[in-house]
Amino acid sequence: MHEMALAESVREIVEETARANDARRVSLVRLEIGRLAQVEIEAMRFAFEVVQRGSLAEGARLEIVETDGTAWCMLCSAAIVIGRRGDPCPACQSFQLQVTGGDRMRVMDIEIE
Amino acid sequence: MCMTCGCGSGETHIEGGDAGVHTHADGTTHSHAHPHGHSHDGGAAHSHAHEHAHEPTHDDAHGHGHGHDHDHDHDHDHDHDHDHDHDHDHDQDHDHDHDHDDDHDHAQGHTHSHGHAAVHYGLGAAGGAAPGMSQTRLVQIERDILAKNDGHAQRNRAALAARGVFALNLVSSPGSGKTTLLVRTIELLQGRLPVAVVEGDQQTSFDADRIRATGAPALQINTGKGCHLDAAMVETALARLAPAEDSVLMIENVGNLVCPAGFDLGEAHKVVVLSVTEGEDKPLKYPDMFAAASLMLLNKIDLLPHLRFDLQACLANARRVNPAIEILQVSATSDEGMAAWLAWIERGAQAASQQRLAEVDTLQRRVAELEAQLARLQGT
Repeated sequence: MHEMALAESVREIVEETARANDARRVSLVRLEIGRLAQVEIEAMRFAFEVVQRGSLAEGARLEIVETDGTAWCMLCSAAIVIGRRGDPCPACQSFQLQVTGGDRMRVMDIEIE
Repeated sequence: MCMTCGCGSGETHIEGGDAGVHTHADGTTHSHAHPHGHSHDGGAAHSHAHEHAHEPTHDDAHGHGHGHDHDHDHDHDHDHDHDHDHDHDHDQDHDHDHDHDDDHDHAQGHTHSHGHAAVHYGLGAAGGAAPGMSQTRLVQIERDILAKNDGHAQRNRAALAARGVFALNLVSSPGSGKTTLLVRTIELLQGRLPVAVVEGDQQTSFDADRIRATGAPALQINTGKGCHLDAAMVETALARLAPAEDSVLMIENVGNLVCPAGFDLGEAHKVVVLSVTEGEDKPLKYPDMFAAASLMLLNKIDLLPHLRFDLQACLANARRVNPAIEILQVSATSDEGMAAWLAWIERGAQAASQQRLAEVDTLQRRVAELEAQLARLQGT
């Protein structure tokens, strides 16, 4: 959802950082996208490529690091991994879960020259 | 395209004048309000979109990037008083030099410039430089992609808390009965709590008109092609609406069970309205929205005798994606269940105004302490 707008945000963040570091161009952009974040990875790749044209990051490699959705299972009293919201605990099948991670989207770092 | 949602170009219009929030070709939105006094939460990455006055007939063909993001890991207050001088050339890159009259208390050893540099760590690879040799460097950023919206949202949250306003973000698909429910809620809260409403729709002011007919103040935001309200729109609306102290603010979002889930407006809670004619499987089909909500209002329960709606399955489905979700069954036409909903609102409003009073109290005590200190120093 809104991958185009997210790509625009990424462009802003990347360009600002690149300029602040006197970069001539950006060769790599690394994003961290949690599996529970509302982002479709392929759409993000497409949007990124389109949106970076004309920027310092045009042609930059895009690396997307997918992070697991993590949650706390209240019955198991343990941290578990879930693939999607609404999935049960893999160990005990309960839905009494509290999501603890994997729902964020971040620009991690960039490689500049 | 719309800055935050990428939903195609369009003009966001906030009723009440041509000084609306509008979207430029490059996606920046500008409004003619100047909410510049703000404080920052410690450790939060935030951005400010600088809103400045333009002539309404501003040439939209060029883009300027005005947002700048600061990463700070300390608390400080700025009052930003800066004059925007608009004689700047419209090259692709330009910097705004902001003269800030502020005193920063910086944590020891922290340095940053008030150019537009993000704080960065780990300038790895080549330390020295040989002329003509390109060096690749890895620059760590670690910034949330939705930071811009969240910055506005945090400011909204703080502004609402300062006035003890209990704000709810009402979300649902179109036709769930949000507006009718809202109208009935306001009627029943007459004399109990003051209510103000921000209405979000692509087009028309039908909903704001219906709210105003109850006597409550309402402001309509038309998003044009936009599919959800964002925090910047709400910030502008708040400045115009100026909700009363210790009141309730209802933000009726654009009818959409998908997009509003990801956008914090600065509210205390998201309340999802699901009507019994929509089917018991919706919480599973739209998990992000039901996971983001604190309360689900199951609406139109007066129609249950005419439907094959599996009530228990619906409740179970909602709790599956959000074990902590509260659920109230209501009908805005028969008034069934409305008492519990009103009580929920009143509890929240009570908490918000108590929070405000507690903060006033803390500050007053601090003032008294400082005055006593001053008196001792002055030997009076």
